[in-house]
Amino acid sequence: MSLAAYLRPPDLTRRTLRVWQRNWKVFVRTFKVNFLPPLLEPILYLLSLGYGLGLFVSNINGVPYPQYIAPALLAISIMNASFFETTYSSYVRMYFQKTFDAIIATPLSIEEVITGEILWGATRSLINASIMLPVLVLFRVVDLPISLLILPFALLAGFLFASLGMCFTALTPSIETLNLPAFLFITPMFLFSGTFFPLSILPGPLQVIAYAILPLTHAVLVCRMITLSQITPQILISLAWIAAVGAVAFVLAVNLMKKRLIV
Amino acid sequence: MADIIVAEDLEKRYGDFVAVNRVSFAVREGEVFGFLGPNGAGKTTTMKMIQCVSPKTSGRLEVFGMDVDRHQPEIKGLIGVVPQETNLDPDFSVEENLLVYARYFDIPAETARESIESLLSFVQLTERKNTSIEKLSGGMKRRLILARALINNPRLLILDEPTVGLDPQARHLIWDRLRALRSRGNTIVLTTHYMEEAAQLCDRIVIMDLGKILEIGRPQDLVQKHAGLDIVEADYKPEVIACLGRLQTKYEVAGDRVQVFTDRAREVAAALIQECSPIEVVSRPSGLEDVFLKLTGRRLKE
Repeated sequence: MSLAAYLRPPDLTRRTLRVWQRNWKVFVRTFKVNFLPPLLEPILYLLSLGYGLGLFVSNINGVPYPQYIAPALLAISIMNASFFETTYSSYVRMYFQKTFDAIIATPLSIEEVITGEILWGATRSLINASIMLPVLVLFRVVDLPISLLILPFALLAGFLFASLGMCFTALTPSIETLNLPAFLFITPMFLFSGTFFPLSILPGPLQVIAYAILPLTHAVLVCRMITLSQITPQILISLAWIAAVGAVAFVLAVNLMKKRLIV
Repeated sequence: MADIIVAEDLEKRYGDFVAVNRVSFAVREGEVFGFLGPNGAGKTTTMKMIQCVSPKTSGRLEVFGMDVDRHQPEIKGLIGVVPQETNLDPDFSVEENLLVYARYFDIPAETARESIESLLSFVQLTERKNTSIEKLSGGMKRRLILARALINNPRLLILDEPTVGLDPQARHLIWDRLRALRSRGNTIVLTTHYMEEAAQLCDRIVIMDLGKILEIGRPQDLVQKHAGLDIVEADYKPEVIACLGRLQTKYEVAGDRVQVFTDRAREVAAALIQECSPIEVVSRPSGLEDVFLKLTGRRLKE
């Protein structure tokens, strides 16, 4: 396949939503299990890091530590929800359950299946953010009503992380090797994207790398500007970065999957 | 009757490997058309090209008069597929599997519910409506897949090894359902390596090997043409071979047996017993399996 073929926009119809509906139906069936992690995660992190470690940190740039990490917790949850949906969960559906094979025997195309999966991944981010946000509101660590803007942003950032996840799923030889992007991409981002300490204390070159190639850096920036109601024009740069990389990753994911599955 | 599928010089290559080697065939409306062949013959690849999930390399392939490269959603909407692998959705119950599948064809939920009732009764799974997929036996899963393939009321049903791994009861139930579908006028294309399945169900068959079509025709005609009416078998010993030479009888060696394809079984058997002193002589009617082995050879296909 030529480079141009990897960047060909997919042909989509309304049927794409059928795949989203299928995953939604499964999600609703197992709702109680799905509900817990995004509910408990912020509580645990806020208690241990925000209020535990926070005793020693007191504030960062004048922001109390729990308020400082709250938007990072949102961004991390947005990332994890969609990335793990389109890596492990999609891989299980594709490889073990043969769900994609079953669907493409109907009028749906593989492009529509993959797009539906990515849209579903983005939806998982939205769901996680909407469960977490009320918890953070109860802890009084996010500002209202501006923080409601997190919800549409969760869809946008979720679309990016879902597309990135799907690229790895298209390339991975087995489910075990999906651990590699989880360890080498997600974990470093979790720690070094301005999540628990400001990027400015990193050495210069690392700061450049964090801004240039780590999607979570931009997601944390946006979330923090929103929840602290400190929106500056810089938000536009990060939003543009997320939208642009998201669009490229999406098209790439669909074409990589086509290459893997259409033989 | 109109042709539902037309293939001309249809070819599929994977790099240097030729999986389907310029085959031509036509499937008529209302017939049951079988693809027989050993593993690796190219049967499944041919099915996948007809289903529009695997693109052809070259040649012509039309389904319902539409080109498979350009009318995929239209063609896929008119066919039902029973794949070789069981790919039911384990996250759903029996009924939910059919409901979700109906949605992929844009069938409204109300219409789907009605056809699900009759489909479940057709495949004898009405009582299992709310059972989860894991709790179904192998035969039930295959029947559910058959029901799923019928959800869009397809004009053409494609079955890839529909009864593989099933016990005789389960297999006969599937055969019975397929005959019922044929009598309703459905066109059915299936692959199999069970000769009995092909002989029982198919109006016409092709025998494939190594990507090529070796024969095409009605099962009984192929048997008549290649194996005659009967087969007389004797043990493979030098004395028997020499004796058959003296009698100027044509024979084939199959493992530790020699086989004589003949329309005069009684005479041949009598001559063998009198002249050749074999240990054992068996005379039996010839079948599709004899044709199959004669055409595709006896070595293992791996």
